[in-house]
Amino acid sequence: MENNNVIKVAGLTKMFGDFTAVNAITFDVKKGEIFGFLGANGAGKTTAMKMLIGISTPTSGKATVAGFDVNTQPEQIKKTIGYMSQKFALYDDLTVRENITFFGGIYGLSREKIKSKAAILIDELGLENVANKLVGSLPLGWKQKLSFSVSLIHDPKIVFLDEPTGGVDPITRRQFWELIYKASHQGTTVFVTTHYMDEAEYCDRVSIMVNGKIEALDTPKKLKERFKVDNMNDVFLKLARG
Amino acid sequence: MKRFIGFIKKEFYHIFRDKRSLFILFGMPIAQILLFGFAITNEINNVDIAILDHSKDAATKEIINKIAASKYFSIHQFIEKEDDIEAVFKKGKVKAVLNFEKDFSKNLIKENNAKIQVITDATDPNTANTISNYVNAILQNYLKEQNKSSAQVYQIVSQTHMVYNPELKSVYMFVPGVMTIILMLVSAMMTSISITREKELGTMEILLVSPLKPIQVIVGKVFPYIFLSIINAIVIVVLSIFIFKMPVQGSLFLLAMESVLFIITALALGILISTISATQQTAMMISLMGLMLPVILLSGFIFPIASMPLPLQIISNIIPAKWFIIILKSIMLKGVGLQYVWKETLILLGMAVFFIGLSVKKYKIRLE
Repeated sequence: MENNNVIKVAGLTKMFGDFTAVNAITFDVKKGEIFGFLGANGAGKTTAMKMLIGISTPTSGKATVAGFDVNTQPEQIKKTIGYMSQKFALYDDLTVRENITFFGGIYGLSREKIKSKAAILIDELGLENVANKLVGSLPLGWKQKLSFSVSLIHDPKIVFLDEPTGGVDPITRRQFWELIYKASHQGTTVFVTTHYMDEAEYCDRVSIMVNGKIEALDTPKKLKERFKVDNMNDVFLKLARG
Repeated sequence: MKRFIGFIKKEFYHIFRDKRSLFILFGMPIAQILLFGFAITNEINNVDIAILDHSKDAATKEIINKIAASKYFSIHQFIEKEDDIEAVFKKGKVKAVLNFEKDFSKNLIKENNAKIQVITDATDPNTANTISNYVNAILQNYLKEQNKSSAQVYQIVSQTHMVYNPELKSVYMFVPGVMTIILMLVSAMMTSISITREKELGTMEILLVSPLKPIQVIVGKVFPYIFLSIINAIVIVVLSIFIFKMPVQGSLFLLAMESVLFIITALALGILISTISATQQTAMMISLMGLMLPVILLSGFIFPIASMPLPLQIISNIIPAKWFIIILKSIMLKGVGLQYVWKETLILLGMAVFFIGLSVKKYKIRLE
């Protein structure tokens, strides 16, 4: 089943001086799954993610993303993944269409491809009426959905989402997860960090990081059984408090 | 290449949709050059003076007439006694009082030594200085005429000849300075703000995760500003030639090349600032305090470097603007070629290379 793992991580470590931010983590992510990457603030999940998306070099250990080595082929990784950060990251002073065109452009899509992608995307998100409005004028929930769709514009094999639903209301969060499911059904692997434990329940598998180490990794159901609790929140609290 | 064009297009959207940047980019240069050219000037015109004439003879009358006839002075009033001098100054309108001693003509002819006291209001030292120089010039002129007619005595008369700016037009001094300030402002401040803005908004992260290389991101960000800086330089030169009749004696090509070199130095500084500041505000403060102030105070633009205390003179050497102003003045006013400014050019080039190297290194560290 070797080929089924799109992310393979073995002993990945990142040190800043004496401080070990990520301590020899090892895990695999299967193709098409929604992988929840949980941990308290400062547990090292953002650092780990940065190594996987090719903008930070590991101190030691190995990892491959979509078959490319994070140590030697970060450029290839960048072409095959999508990324959406915890900060909303489209340009407020560009219109919806200009944002789509710009991000399509930096991923090297042809003009025709960008046009057809933009049409599909705007239609799917129901943004026809605001396509030529500045993104800054849209409500946060819309922006976030747009941001997610833009991160998928080049049909990446894996999409990394860094706390994508911070600061939005539950209804929008629900809609956002519907988009994630949809992408997952279409074969995109989703690697997502989140603070919301109810969202952890939506994941196929979750890992929980504590102090730079992965303390637990399983399906939400099995984790709850193991810790004899009935929701992910309690699993998290048990682990984080040791 | 196509990615790059898309990127630059995006940068121009940012610039043209932000009224503040638009104002700094296009309003400032024009406003500054007009302000410095018209409003701020070292020349004097129609300065009001008062006369206290104790002799009222032929010589004093002629001198007074000469002064009244010049366009620099207009005689506001005649006063009769010493006590009035202070009162006149206190009213504020009169900037100078000429006090002719008693028996002026007689002393001049018999003893070859007559005295005039020139009292100036030095609350504005520059103007006071200029007034006294102008009065002296008129007196010298009078003496020369007298000596001619009477063919008498040997006198040493120094003849001052101001080269390169014979009329001492202040605009000649301000244009190179303003050009330097504007290029610094646009290139360094605007780029540092525009890069930190992407950091602040989180879009920088997205760009770094994209297949664009960091160097492409940076070049894409600075390219529009190189372009706009060049346009600004052209606007300033054209304005000063056509409105202020500023001569450009030297080669325009050399002027353009030197400007590009300075723009690149300033851009490197801008990138450097963006790597050490996390927010737009910080970037702006560092640019203003760290770049604009030295450019205005220590570059020789307003205050002559030669009359600064030694430590400041030494510090002024590390300010790129100082060398650029020297180059500009040499090319524009003296009309010299590269053979006379190669040293300054080399220094500027060295600084550009140093700052580019430093910012690339800093930028890499930040990525870690």
